[in-house]
Amino acid sequence: MNSRSLAETLTITLGALVASLVIFGAFMFLFAHVRPGELFHWMYIGSFGTKFSWQYSLTRAAPLILAALCTALPARLGLIVIGGEGSLALGGLAAAGTGLLLAGHSPYAIQFGMAAAGCVAGGLLILLCGALRYWRGVNATISSLLLAYIAINVFNFLVEGPMRDPSSLNKPATYPIPNEAALGKMFALDVHWGLAYGIVACVLAWILMDHTTFGFAARMAGGNMRAAQAAGLPVGRLILVTCALGGAAAGLAGMVEVAAVHHQANGSLIAGYGFTGILVSFIARHHPLGIIPAAVLFGGLGAASGIMQRRLQIPDASVQVLMGIIFVMILLSESLYGRLRIFQPREVREAVAA
Amino acid sequence: MSGLFAQLDFAALFDFARGFRVAPMPLGAASSATDLGLWGLVIAVIAGAHKVGTPFLFVSLGECITEKSGRVNLGLEGTLVMGAMTGFAISYKTGSPWVGVLAAAGVGALLGALHAAMCNLPRVNYIAVGIAMMLFGMGLAFYLGKPYIQPSAPKLPAINLGFWSSIEQVQDALRINALFVVGVILAPTLAWVLKNTRWGMILRLAGESEEAAAAMGYSVPRIRLVATAVGGALAGVGGSYLSLYYPGSWSEQISSGQGLMAVALVIFARWSPVRCLFASLLFGGVGTLGVAMQGQNLTSASVAYLWFAAPYVLTLLIMVVTCSRLRAMVGAPAELSRVR
Repeated sequence: MNSRSLAETLTITLGALVASLVIFGAFMFLFAHVRPGELFHWMYIGSFGTKFSWQYSLTRAAPLILAALCTALPARLGLIVIGGEGSLALGGLAAAGTGLLLAGHSPYAIQFGMAAAGCVAGGLLILLCGALRYWRGVNATISSLLLAYIAINVFNFLVEGPMRDPSSLNKPATYPIPNEAALGKMFALDVHWGLAYGIVACVLAWILMDHTTFGFAARMAGGNMRAAQAAGLPVGRLILVTCALGGAAAGLAGMVEVAAVHHQANGSLIAGYGFTGILVSFIARHHPLGIIPAAVLFGGLGAASGIMQRRLQIPDASVQVLMGIIFVMILLSESLYGRLRIFQPREVREAVAA
Repeated sequence: MSGLFAQLDFAALFDFARGFRVAPMPLGAASSATDLGLWGLVIAVIAGAHKVGTPFLFVSLGECITEKSGRVNLGLEGTLVMGAMTGFAISYKTGSPWVGVLAAAGVGALLGALHAAMCNLPRVNYIAVGIAMMLFGMGLAFYLGKPYIQPSAPKLPAINLGFWSSIEQVQDALRINALFVVGVILAPTLAWVLKNTRWGMILRLAGESEEAAAAMGYSVPRIRLVATAVGGALAGVGGSYLSLYYPGSWSEQISSGQGLMAVALVIFARWSPVRCLFASLLFGGVGTLGVAMQGQNLTSASVAYLWFAAPYVLTLLIMVVTCSRLRAMVGAPAELSRVR
């Protein structure tokens, strides 16, 4: 991506975000009689205004980064996968189960085992989605969402049935993982290591997709599947590997949530990170490095939800409305690309003028 | 794995099998809330077929119209939830459930038109717009629906076709909602309209070949706008059924993917409105299995979750069987395979 198109992307994306905030401000003014000044003041305080809110926002950004990769990686191949929530749930459950099985080993061995189990469980789910797409031509968007619903029901069955800790009465959960296996905080920051996992995963995904022949082949197949096949590219393998990697990232998000936040697998794991991840990926235009700031932004919005509810007496769905508006505006802004003259190369501008 | 099987109640399975050998008791002879054994399950599934199937019917008919015009609207899940909220709120305010249904149809049409207008812009991907509209519709419904979670609104009327039976379950299974009847009439009517009228032919033309429709002087974006708005209106009606009849109240958990499953259902029905009707009944029956088995004490609460997954598994299996990467499906509008 050269500097001109980077500037174009940033300008259009920021423009869409500002427009969404304006629409949201108007919506809240009309329906909840909240003054825009107050609304944005508390939104800022709750997301990035204090040290505590930064810490909370970054904690929420960690699973979002990983969940967004579940949509971003297959998107390079032209598949829109929206089943990250299912991968996250299964990954978290597999991680919790593995953590319990490995109790007694060294903390690093337990954490590694949990991460590996989370990646495998999450990866298999989206791998299945990719396989159905490749061998049977099943639409990946629909199949991934159906798989997510199936995964969540299986999750509920296991957590309330065979894997349930009998002492979890009101809220069924697995047994808690060993204390020493919990993910700690990163050095000076008051944020757990899951954030580092996410950033490393994004950098690796960026190197894979933008700087290797695998990534080049994947993008080519995403542009035109038939042409890629005719050129002899292993389209099937590209689809399967990319989907598995995306699912593994979402599964790792589940592991991070279990190992760092909940310390057991329960219903709190299914908190919508997978669905917000879809939006994060679209805002980043499926660029692995763009996901990091987008996830921090949405981690902040999620973090601000609580304080906005309490201070302004607005429903918790307000942030959901804002997310919907942002999604719509981001997609609308797609049609602006190539239309803003300032971002066109000089030759194109002169050719248009002539 | 062994834990999974340990959870299965083998005694219950035994009863299940024995039920076939027991001669059915003479209908009408028993008192209310009779213990019907396996027949209870069968009757509960029949009841579910039309009770749970009606929203599938309306959403799939709506999606069928939209897809016939050459576009997929994945946002119907959001439309369904928005329709459920609107129908309930308006029925509560006006006291008339039918006004609620109309309002839900209106909101659905608006959301559909918004979807179509966005898709008509250059470089905008309709799958992505569908996902955005799904999130937007649900967020808006949850926001606006907050005050309506507690109260109860007047419900839609039902027609009691089971009056001849004294068995409570049979009466319940044959208590058919008026909207279901509307849907049953609508399906063949729609098939006829699509096949025989000028409007239907223009719609199908836009779905088969954009160029041919444009060459005949029709505006394809406008045709798709109308088709998506009508589809959205029907999905809104399906949503109002959820909150105004079964389950019959507004909550944020009112829909569990019916709007999206209906998209898969249209593929299964190979874009035929009449087959949509039968597919909806099938999905309704399967969708009710979990609750029905729980009601008959055939499963424990945790195993019921696996039965709740049954409709999704069925949808997926159907898509695996009917889709193919080598050829377009029989009956599929040609424009649909272009972008995918």
